[in-house]
Amino acid sequence: MTMVRPASRLLAVVLVLMLTSALFAAGGLDPAQILKPLGDAWPTYSGDYTSRRYSTLTEINQSNVKRLGLAWTSRLVAGPGPAVAPPQAFGLRPSPTIVGGVGDNDFVGGTVVKGGVLAVDGVLYVTAPDNVWALDAQDGRELWHFYWRTRGGTHIGNRGAAMWGNYLFFVTPDDYLISLDARTGRERWHKEIAPFSQQYFLTSAPVVVGNHVIVGTGNDLDSPGYLMAFDPETGEQQWRWYAVPMNAGDPGLETWKNLDAARNGGGHPWLPGSYDPETKLYIFGTGNPTPAYTSSARGEGLENLFTCAIVAVHVDTGKMAWYFQTSPHDTHDWDSAQTPILVDGTINGKPRKLVVTASRNGYYFTLDRLTGERLVTSKFSDTANWADGLNEKGQPRRIPAKDHHVAGALVSSNNGGATNWPPQAFSPDTGLLYVPSAEAYAMYYLTETDPRGAMGLGGKDEVGVATMGSYITAIDYKTGRTAWRHRFQTAAGNAGRAPGLLVTAGKLLFGGDVSGNFFAMDPANGSVLWHARIGGVSNAPQTYRVDGRQHVLVGAGDTLYSFALYQ
Amino acid sequence: MAVIACAAVVRSFRVGLSFVCFWALGVALAAQQPATPPEGGRGRIGGAGIGAYPVRPPGDPAALERGTALYKTNCAFCHGQDARGGDGGPSLLRSGIVLADQNGELVGPVLEQGRGAMPKFGFKPDQVADLAAFLHSFRVAGYDVSRQKPPTILVGNAKTGETYFNEACGSCHSVSGDLRGIATRITDERVLQQSWLMPGSMAGRGAPPPAKARPPSVTVTEPGKPPVTGTLGRIDDFVVSLTTAEGEFRSFRITPRLKIDVADPLAPHKDLLRKYTDADIHNVTAFLATLK
Repeated sequence: MTMVRPASRLLAVVLVLMLTSALFAAGGLDPAQILKPLGDAWPTYSGDYTSRRYSTLTEINQSNVKRLGLAWTSRLVAGPGPAVAPPQAFGLRPSPTIVGGVGDNDFVGGTVVKGGVLAVDGVLYVTAPDNVWALDAQDGRELWHFYWRTRGGTHIGNRGAAMWGNYLFFVTPDDYLISLDARTGRERWHKEIAPFSQQYFLTSAPVVVGNHVIVGTGNDLDSPGYLMAFDPETGEQQWRWYAVPMNAGDPGLETWKNLDAARNGGGHPWLPGSYDPETKLYIFGTGNPTPAYTSSARGEGLENLFTCAIVAVHVDTGKMAWYFQTSPHDTHDWDSAQTPILVDGTINGKPRKLVVTASRNGYYFTLDRLTGERLVTSKFSDTANWADGLNEKGQPRRIPAKDHHVAGALVSSNNGGATNWPPQAFSPDTGLLYVPSAEAYAMYYLTETDPRGAMGLGGKDEVGVATMGSYITAIDYKTGRTAWRHRFQTAAGNAGRAPGLLVTAGKLLFGGDVSGNFFAMDPANGSVLWHARIGGVSNAPQTYRVDGRQHVLVGAGDTLYSFALYQ
Repeated sequence: MAVIACAAVVRSFRVGLSFVCFWALGVALAAQQPATPPEGGRGRIGGAGIGAYPVRPPGDPAALERGTALYKTNCAFCHGQDARGGDGGPSLLRSGIVLADQNGELVGPVLEQGRGAMPKFGFKPDQVADLAAFLHSFRVAGYDVSRQKPPTILVGNAKTGETYFNEACGSCHSVSGDLRGIATRITDERVLQQSWLMPGSMAGRGAPPPAKARPPSVTVTEPGKPPVTGTLGRIDDFVVSLTTAEGEFRSFRITPRLKIDVADPLAPHKDLLRKYTDADIHNVTAFLATLK
């Protein structure tokens, strides 16, 4: 390391600052903007680093929500598109698609918006697997479209893009991190950041913190999960944090049968996390251990760290500061990867810096985000029957007989979980965490009797029995108690789970139900104030303001819908 | 990490022969022959749903034969006959080196230099390629197909099941009435079990279609009007629809003044889900399986 004299170091700092401001003065997103409370823009997956999805916008509020009407719709057309730009006409693309990619396959399984939409400087950036679109935030008109021809990989969804200056970042099912010029949609570079040969696939929205682009892996085969940070200019990797022990002497190795089990143990952090600027901790969830169901190869009764956990890493180094495991030795593929939410609250009369989350396993947790200390655990799923209480650490205590059985074990929840990736929301006005949740039973049949078990998600058949109900569940972070629960009326026995949520300072909770309705509720009690049936709502609603007008934006399949007050 | 598997998504992947045709073949086989033992596994992707990874083209049969012989002699006692791991040696199928290897170029150096407790092996280059052909002959996927399936799911006690049935189910069902010959009508044990647990529910991939359940009926009463009864079409927080016995479709906007009574014939089945032990379920299935 070269010694730098203080004066030159100061000069260097000033130069970097000048360069940085020059860079962001040229337009685009200064990462410092993401530190501000969520308002006109929506500059990162969750809106801001707290991931509360609480917007300070109040133009649309309880007093006028009845006048909320459609402002525009925009249908997203995936794929390579025509080679030549069609004449501009309603519904047709104004510009040719920019085609990239190193594969020669086209995914034609339908376009579903399942992620966050960035809203920056009057432009929306929306994604689906292999596709990114830029739209005019005023009326949804397409500005450009980028398409990535794929090698393959699991095309289950894409959670959105991230932005740094005029650069966009997103990942693909065939394991590339891609950077685009946000003004044109032209590719800047692409990097393979996980081995396709090992059947990794990427779905997460990257998160920009300072000069880090942070993103995690996904994989359904036995493999190590990891979180990575990249340089936004060059795409060079800055650090990598493994969710499982990879070498002799790594922390947590004693919680696995052996090193080989740990190194194939999963824990993929496949959703974006949150960021605490005071401690510089990036806080996120990890996925299930693998093999997911036939777990004896992982070491019976061992915890399998750091899978199914809420984890904090230092954003500049990727070193772990603390962890809390929400499902020790998970046996149902119930990830704990959902985005945790940062709350500044009060516990026992004392102000505390907290992180709150409702997990796929049916349990809710309040943690201290400085230390990871667990403060509250509660069960928010009435039907969850796989645990018989809490252990001394406040973690649910698994009942091994409820893993699976040759003749079937009746377990709640089903594999989809009591909740899942759809974003939860928190309102500081009510002190409530809002969780899309479902109560379902399934029979878990063990189908592999080889004592070595199966790989990945194999070795069992999970057969659905019934969904008892689909809900929005509002949880008091201080006690973990359910303050209210809105049960959606449904006819079918398998009703599924509602998509994600948005809450605003206008005292409105926006979301979709399981019957294709987009609604606004009173966050205090769950009563419905407004709705419009737009068909299967597929992402969490968002809000932004452009030219003084507030929009509420939501995706349903391949179409974005924007609602606003009639003016 | 499966979120919500969507087979249709993968099924419609427009890709080359090496990809979807094999995958679709796997699905078709799985759908038609659930009991088919997986054999060597070449050419199938994600039989249970998610999976869109290239399948290796079939290797030279002669190389595979030589590689199999070499493997059994030199490797199987540690890594297992099927390369899924054994006494001392880990599974090779999920190894990153093996997955990335094409023709032995990555496996070779490990054999040559040894690794941890594994000794060095002095194979010739063509023998390494043969061993690689063997290792690459297995299907590797997140939805791993079961190899040693249990022969039956009937593990319960029929007598105890009969007692339980009489207490819990006897007020609605009878073995001489609606359930007469049920085990003859439904021969698949798992379909039988899923069907009595929740009539109309699916019994899983590869199973026959479920017996249809009676749909819920609903009576809707608008203020000052006669009640309308029919088969429930759908209900959400805002609209309820039904079809009357005469075949007339009716749809109502839900208001606080609208009275809605849904009668779900499956409600007792749902209530019981909170009460059964797994042994109760297995015993009742063992009993019902005697009703031929």
